[in-house]
Amino acid sequence: MTFTAFDSWWWPYLFVLAAGTLATDIWRFLGVYLGGRIRDDSELLVLIRALATALVAAVIGNLIVFPTGALADAPLLLRIVSVLLGFIAYLKFGKLVLVGIVVAEAVLIGGLSLIDLNV
Amino acid sequence: MNDDALANPAGPPDHFRWFFRGMVASVSVPGLILISAFVGFAGLAREAGVSVAQAVFMTGLVWALPAKVVLIGAIMAGSSLPAAALAVALSSVRLTPMVVALMPELRSDRGRPLTLYLLSHFVAVTSWVIAMEKVRDIPREMRTSWYSGLGGSLVVANMLVVALVYAIAGSLPPILSAALLLLTPIYFLTSLWGSAREAASHYAMIFGMILGPLFHLITPGFDLMAAGSIGGGAAYLLHRSRKGQSTE
Repeated sequence: MTFTAFDSWWWPYLFVLAAGTLATDIWRFLGVYLGGRIRDDSELLVLIRALATALVAAVIGNLIVFPTGALADAPLLLRIVSVLLGFIAYLKFGKLVLVGIVVAEAVLIGGLSLIDLNV
Repeated sequence: MNDDALANPAGPPDHFRWFFRGMVASVSVPGLILISAFVGFAGLAREAGVSVAQAVFMTGLVWALPAKVVLIGAIMAGSSLPAAALAVALSSVRLTPMVVALMPELRSDRGRPLTLYLLSHFVAVTSWVIAMEKVRDIPREMRTSWYSGLGGSLVVANMLVVALVYAIAGSLPPILSAALLLLTPIYFLTSLWGSAREAASHYAMIFGMILGPLFHLITPGFDLMAAGSIGGGAAYLLHRSRKGQSTE
């Protein structure tokens, strides 16, 4: 039952609907239903947010350490340094997401260009 | 996006005007950053072997970007449908408190519950941030129309972005493709860090980023769930114990 398990054209869409749409909209609908009934600062929500954040962070970590495509050809150290410097710049300069993106991309592109020149 | 008519069939001109103002509100710095994140998503989807139609479909019907990135991660790992759904569901729990926070603002006496359920699909980080910031300036009866315009145009614009970028991603020079694929992790690292409400989420990010790759080596296929539950649980406990110390 993986994404590529069946040849039929509709299977990937069904997969997305079940594992994507249903799995996200169920929480949105629950939010509408609960309305103002749960407190936003309840301890349970703190735990749930921590679990959800760690899961997304694990995906981020995997995208950096085990990337696919052209990014996989960049050395691991360069990938980590790019993200780290981007993140430090983000923290230093007013927590602007755009600053983090620009710095990380500049370091990666600069590093890859230098490697290209030396080959 | 016909929610305008759904919200109130009685008074089209005003609702139309506020729907349009919602569309205008989507043109913003968070909106532009979101587009750059979807540029990255299109590159990621292509690398994962997802077709352009499937990637656009995912953009419209899943919408929340962390959920889609987890879904793509599960597809690349060859996860089964229940495992993928569980990982996506766990990554999306945070949508509930976001919707809970937004709904009292959108609700009005004449509004129908169905409208709110339909509109809740537009809730993801960016539209939520813009709405929480501006919704109080909108007349209450017009808020659902306004949010339809905001959420609807963000969704449609990014479906177009994904289609366009997917089409050109294959002809990019290798350095630019690599840069494209770095967009998703750096976007999420910074935007998630900024949206964290409490220290527990910051600990969870650090633990998750280290444990994710570690569990990828130890238990491939089960890495996201393991890193999420162990990293998140440890972050929560650390948060509790430090909070306990500081109040003593």
